[in-house]
Amino acid sequence: FFEKKLISFLFCLNYTADIISTVEFNHSGELLATGDKGGRVVIFQQEQENKIQSHSRGEYNVYSTFQSHEPEFDYLKSLEIEEKINKIRWLPQKNAAQFLLSTNDKTIKLWKISERDKRPEGYNLKEEDGRYRDPTTVTTLRVPVFRPMDLMVEASPRRIFANAHTYHINSISINSDYETYLSADDLRINLWHLEITDRSFNIVDIKPANMEELTEVITAAEFHPNSCNTFVYSSSKGTIRLCDMRASALCDRHSKLFEEPEDPSNRSFFSEIISSISDVKFSHSGRYMMTRDYLSVKIWDLNMENRPVETYQVHEYLRSKLCSLYENDCIFDKFECCWNGSDSVVMTGSYNNFFRMFDRNTKRDITLEASRENNKPRTVLKPRKVCASGKRKKDEISVDSLDFNKKILHTAWHPKENIIAVATTNNLYIFQDKVN
Amino acid sequence: MFARGLKRKCVGHEEDVEGALAGLKTVSSYSLQRQSLLDMSLVKLQLCHMLVEPNLCRSVLIANTVRQIQEEMTQDGTWRAVAPQAAGRAPLDRLVSTEILCRAAWEQEGACPAPGLGDGHTQGPVSDLCPVTSAQAPRHPQSSVWEMDGPRENRGSFHKSLDQIFETLETKNPSCMEELFSDVDSPYYDLDTVLTGMMGGARPGPCEGLEGLAPATPGPSSSCKSDLGELDHVVEILVET
Repeated sequence: FFEKKLISFLFCLNYTADIISTVEFNHSGELLATGDKGGRVVIFQQEQENKIQSHSRGEYNVYSTFQSHEPEFDYLKSLEIEEKINKIRWLPQKNAAQFLLSTNDKTIKLWKISERDKRPEGYNLKEEDGRYRDPTTVTTLRVPVFRPMDLMVEASPRRIFANAHTYHINSISINSDYETYLSADDLRINLWHLEITDRSFNIVDIKPANMEELTEVITAAEFHPNSCNTFVYSSSKGTIRLCDMRASALCDRHSKLFEEPEDPSNRSFFSEIISSISDVKFSHSGRYMMTRDYLSVKIWDLNMENRPVETYQVHEYLRSKLCSLYENDCIFDKFECCWNGSDSVVMTGSYNNFFRMFDRNTKRDITLEASRENNKPRTVLKPRKVCASGKRKKDEISVDSLDFNKKILHTAWHPKENIIAVATTNNLYIFQDKVN
Repeated sequence: MFARGLKRKCVGHEEDVEGALAGLKTVSSYSLQRQSLLDMSLVKLQLCHMLVEPNLCRSVLIANTVRQIQEEMTQDGTWRAVAPQAAGRAPLDRLVSTEILCRAAWEQEGACPAPGLGDGHTQGPVSDLCPVTSAQAPRHPQSSVWEMDGPRENRGSFHKSLDQIFETLETKNPSCMEELFSDVDSPYYDLDTVLTGMMGGARPGPCEGLEGLAPATPGPSSSCKSDLGELDHVVEILVET
């Protein structure tokens, strides 16, 4: 993978003033959705025309923008509910319209995005501008016809799934049956039917009877891509539980527990915090799953629970800085991770607007930077290197110069092509590998 | 204070004293750093009551960290109470194990090598340790309480405070936000100074290291004066309203 001239094109979209909170390609890769802290969803669409040309793929342009969630107020607790979009998940396309689920801390919404490029003209009782005609002036009847118009993309909320979560929703995942989906908060996971909004089934509940005994929370959850009865959820203690919904209605007892024994030589007061899993993603094949903790990415074989099959260090040089990172709260940053379409490469973000890719076959890795200053459009991205200690070579950046405010938490990989979307705090970058 | 006394001693003297000094510095700086981490964590827990709605995962992780520190301090506390009577190998083993923890947790460059502690300086660190403890007492009343008298009691009350935090996470009343915030502001920045002082230097010499700590001591002593006491007070406010 890394042999090819990698990641050459830059389609930078500097559209948003608000902080990007989620990025997701749809199943075909033609559409890319982003959610932001202000509750907006912006969808980009890949141009189709250039696909015919061999030297470049289509660019992504804004396709639709809509306000998905508004801030709300919880009167019982006297607390504001943020409108920030935590996750977006696309449904596979069944007809002309596109559907996606978007969620904030408390409420999940199903949005229908449809195109309108024709409109009816020639009504008998109404003028073109909508005003009613005086019926006495109507002397003949005509049949209204559809005439082309400028493309309009409309988003409308079709379902609102509310009031099922006491704690903050961190994940949503659509089942492979395409009829149900799960939503997970800090302590519970609920199962919904896409058609039914007034009921959901609780399938995992780790809330202790006595809140004083709370020591572990759910951090992420996902359905298996092929087995509609299987899902996993990760915890703040670095464990992943795989559950089978056929076993019982309440899946508090896991079928499998994935956990790597702690390395005693690396033990510190921060060990638990850095072991907390911030993201879990199944491979497309369904055979593996990937987890992201603070310093590393781990690949697990679903058949082996006692340790991951592969571990990749994202930014091991931060291990000696954990105290400072605890002080400035960066140690609680939740990085996501993603697979490429063939499950051969995994990607995740880091600080200083760096993001990392690991090739599972060649075991090579690369660090790249998402920034305007350092990359001209349509040029190959230059690999970056962080110098952990000692003499810094030219072009290397030392650990102490890293900007911890520039973090890449959200990345996404096109399901079929080598096109990636990388979100810095306020900007979305789209890169693709050079096609010769 | 003990630190300054050492500094004067150090200026003229031999390897011996420096070795003992380094060993001493390791243990005392570890304890100080651990105390700072504890204080910082408690402040963070208080601060998270100020937010719109506290991030439960973050709160749980911080609380678990506090529990870990407190458990270790309780164990150490028990050990320190025994140390004056049972000087010898056992305390040194403890020194070694905490030193290892030190390295993992705090990146102690220039920390004294553990074997060095045992060889020529058996009496040095152990006998010097007692003065450190008593010197520390006025600065850190809570830790000395844990060391001397019923650590178990304090653990119980500490746990209770921590647990009450979790109760209040569920039933938070924002009307006391202003009050909480005013108490918390200054201590937090003092801790910052302490940590900058500790984490900043690359290779402090023994005196330099202590000196780095010394200016910070008025800070922690005033800000962390009764952090646990404040926490109880804070929790009381939250639970009552």
